[in-house]
Amino acid sequence: MDLDALAGCLTSPACLVTQTTSGLIIGMLLFLVAVGLTLIFGVLKVVNFSHGAFYMFGAYFAMTAYQLTDSFALAMLSGALGTAILGLVFERAFMSRVYGADVLMQLLVCYAFVLIFDDVVRMIWGPEFRSMGMPAAFQVPPLFIAGGVVPPYYLLLIGVALAVALVLGLGLARTRIGKVIRAAAHNPGMVSALGINTGLIYGGVFALGGMLAGLAGALAAPVRSLTPGMGFSVLIESFIVTVIGGMGSILGALIGALLIGLIRSFGSLGFPLFTEGLMYLFMVIVLVSRPTGLFGKEVA
Amino acid sequence: MTELQAGRDARTLDVPRIDARPQRYRDALIALVAFIILALLPAFFGSKQLLDFIIRCAAYGLFATSLNLLVGYTGMISFGHGMFFGLGAYGFGLMMQKTGVPVPVAFVATLAITCVIAAVIGAICVRLKDIYFAFVTLAFQMLIHSTILSWQSLTGGDQGLRGGIPRPPFLGIDLSNHLHLYIASCALLVIGLLLMRQIAQSPFGYTLRMVRDNATRASFIGIDVWRAKLTIFVLAALFASTGGMIMALFVSGAYPEFAYWTISGEAIFINMLGGVTTFLGPMVGTMLFLILNDTVTRLTEYHGIVLGIVILFFAIGLRKGLMDFVVEWVAQRRGQAGEHTP
Repeated sequence: MDLDALAGCLTSPACLVTQTTSGLIIGMLLFLVAVGLTLIFGVLKVVNFSHGAFYMFGAYFAMTAYQLTDSFALAMLSGALGTAILGLVFERAFMSRVYGADVLMQLLVCYAFVLIFDDVVRMIWGPEFRSMGMPAAFQVPPLFIAGGVVPPYYLLLIGVALAVALVLGLGLARTRIGKVIRAAAHNPGMVSALGINTGLIYGGVFALGGMLAGLAGALAAPVRSLTPGMGFSVLIESFIVTVIGGMGSILGALIGALLIGLIRSFGSLGFPLFTEGLMYLFMVIVLVSRPTGLFGKEVA
Repeated sequence: MTELQAGRDARTLDVPRIDARPQRYRDALIALVAFIILALLPAFFGSKQLLDFIIRCAAYGLFATSLNLLVGYTGMISFGHGMFFGLGAYGFGLMMQKTGVPVPVAFVATLAITCVIAAVIGAICVRLKDIYFAFVTLAFQMLIHSTILSWQSLTGGDQGLRGGIPRPPFLGIDLSNHLHLYIASCALLVIGLLLMRQIAQSPFGYTLRMVRDNATRASFIGIDVWRAKLTIFVLAALFASTGGMIMALFVSGAYPEFAYWTISGEAIFINMLGGVTTFLGPMVGTMLFLILNDTVTRLTEYHGIVLGIVILFFAIGLRKGLMDFVVEWVAQRRGQAGEHTP
């Protein structure tokens, strides 16, 4: 425990800015993964235990595309689209078979795919740590805000995540497709009786969730190292986020992710060995006081 | 799912016989015979590989069967049961390495520690339902795993507990002798299974089945659901911890993998493989899993793919464990299908 370091940081604006931005990017990446998880749960009523694999694939797709084309935009696009297609195929071919079955079957199917996907990545890209490297466009000197260091790439990352949150929130609340999705979450039988193809909606929502996780992976690729199994810790953290925020709530996912991000970045100063423990502790406190999470009542 | 639907899906219950004693004697007799056969085995097949396999079966079997008390009997899908396996291995290993107490003392002390930790974690988790329960137990498993990794001065971090576990002889039993270890593991396995069987067949065991089938109805007739769930959570943790201790003795150490989430996933898979509707299903699943795992690991380095496909085959294709098929087949032959609730 190093409370002096934490207190020292809280009183220095430079450190405060640095830690807050690093907390924000952890939080924003988590948000992108968690919002997909929460969306899939809200509509399909299954927890995609293999969601971390989509994050991992997003990162690897982006790395390969970047190495082939040298274009950052194409890398992001292929990370997101590749995982969207993967999500659609995965949902139609496998997950759709276990909707009626009990939770055990759903977990097992996902568990099987966690094992398979990790090995597929190991086969294609090798077991060692890989890195994509920062694209040339972002290799510029960092910004200094109140003495704190903020790399420009972090700003892009935060901006993209916020834009996604806004588009998703407005899209679900205002557009026709958003209405159909909310209706399908509420009563799929009635929706399909009205002549709407719910299978398509389920597939689409799963693809969207996979795409968001893949986008998070692609965005994380320049700043994190890539390894088979990298998705699992992200999955656990984003699950904690959805538990804190409330399953099925987009706003909850955003708030939960930011809280976890800040806990991680400031916790690493004060309690270097117990950073992860702080996260779990926070989750336990939320669960005990509000078992449905902070925003648990809403359904996406 | 509404309660009406839950009630419709519920399996019919065998009412426990008022005089359960004959069955208890029968179970004890079967256990005794099984133990004698296992104990005599080395006299006929001296192969070290076979004995090693049975010791591993004992460790994993206790662990998987204890998970079935939660999954199959109470309907609590714990995805973090492996934390108690890891706790057992680390608790026992550390106790023997640091304090030098006799083996039985370390055994009991480890169970006591597991009991306390399981009670705390259980008190938080058991009010949660289905998927929340599964993931929050998983989160606790990861917490314990990361604690083991980061508390290097005590646990040796990612290297694990090395340097071997000292095991001073006690009561004429010397666990550093391979044969003694084998007999002790078999004894623990048989006693553990017998105890779990007693729990499953007791009135408490039938209370658990009722909680599984319809928790609301159970609480209406005066059952404290929370307490029943917490009790079985702690009991199951104790048996899982025993499995972990056997494993620690077998490999003479403890490694972070013992507390990693995959070990919980494997236990779930073992239960699925053998079937959760029979008491011995997880035991059969354990043997199948270990044989499968050993074969696949020898053949290819990508054993995740092969295991994953086998899991998919069972989960999507068969939707049942092996013992479920055996039981159905027997029931059909007797012409009285439907009489196979655990």
